[in-house]
Amino acid sequence: MQLSTEEHGEIVKIVVQEERMDAHNSGALKEEMLQLFDEGKCNLIIDLSAVRFVDSSGLGALVSGFKNASTRDGSLKLCCLQPQVRSMFELTRLHRVFEIFGSAAEALESY
Amino acid sequence: MQEKIAVDIQIPNQTQYLSLIGRIGENIAYAPIRFNGDRDELAFHLNLVLTEAVTNAICHANQEDPSKKLRIVIAFSESRLSMKVFDEGNGFDIESFADSEVKETDEQGRGIPLIYRLMSHVQYRKQRNGCVLEMIKELQ
Repeated sequence: MQLSTEEHGEIVKIVVQEERMDAHNSGALKEEMLQLFDEGKCNLIIDLSAVRFVDSSGLGALVSGFKNASTRDGSLKLCCLQPQVRSMFELTRLHRVFEIFGSAAEALESY
Repeated sequence: MQEKIAVDIQIPNQTQYLSLIGRIGENIAYAPIRFNGDRDELAFHLNLVLTEAVTNAICHANQEDPSKKLRIVIAFSESRLSMKVFDEGNGFDIESFADSEVKETDEQGRGIPLIYRLMSHVQYRKQRNGCVLEMIKELQ
């Protein structure tokens, strides 16, 4: 999975540079987040602007990150969801779990 | 005359082919079939259920064994879309997962309930050399 990370003080933004997040590639996002948690970086923003499709495995990786951030007194927030990705969160009701922002700037300001 | 479209494809038992199968599902939604609903939504749903079904077949039924294969048959006739995923596994009680309650913090278990939610009929049955998951979408 193509990912890039940007540090903004104590906040790390992960930009997912893939059109799809599925069982083939979402494990890599999970691993990247676990590495950041091990380094003590527990406030994450996941920028999904490039992602057009996410399946239940992709959601599972995000839920894993959400839980790990929360247990370390941090938080995981999402931004820039395309319409199908937002639909997937609504289908699974996970839009009620995650904080979702329209832009990375709004997500950063929320910390 | 009724339109008829059928796609019959075999893939190795590897998740790298999920994208290919999902895109075929999406494209079927834009084929010249008789359907008056929202084609963008149909494309998303076909991509999703095929991705979920093939993931289950690769990772669970075929236990990620690279020597195994999958066959996917997508067929449209009259106003019914049928998608079959053939695996080489031993089968399981799919209905026990269909209505299973998934907690918000669960990392797994959403795939099969999503298939049941988005499709009109779902059946998983044993065959001679494995099992077949049939998902039917009534388009009227």
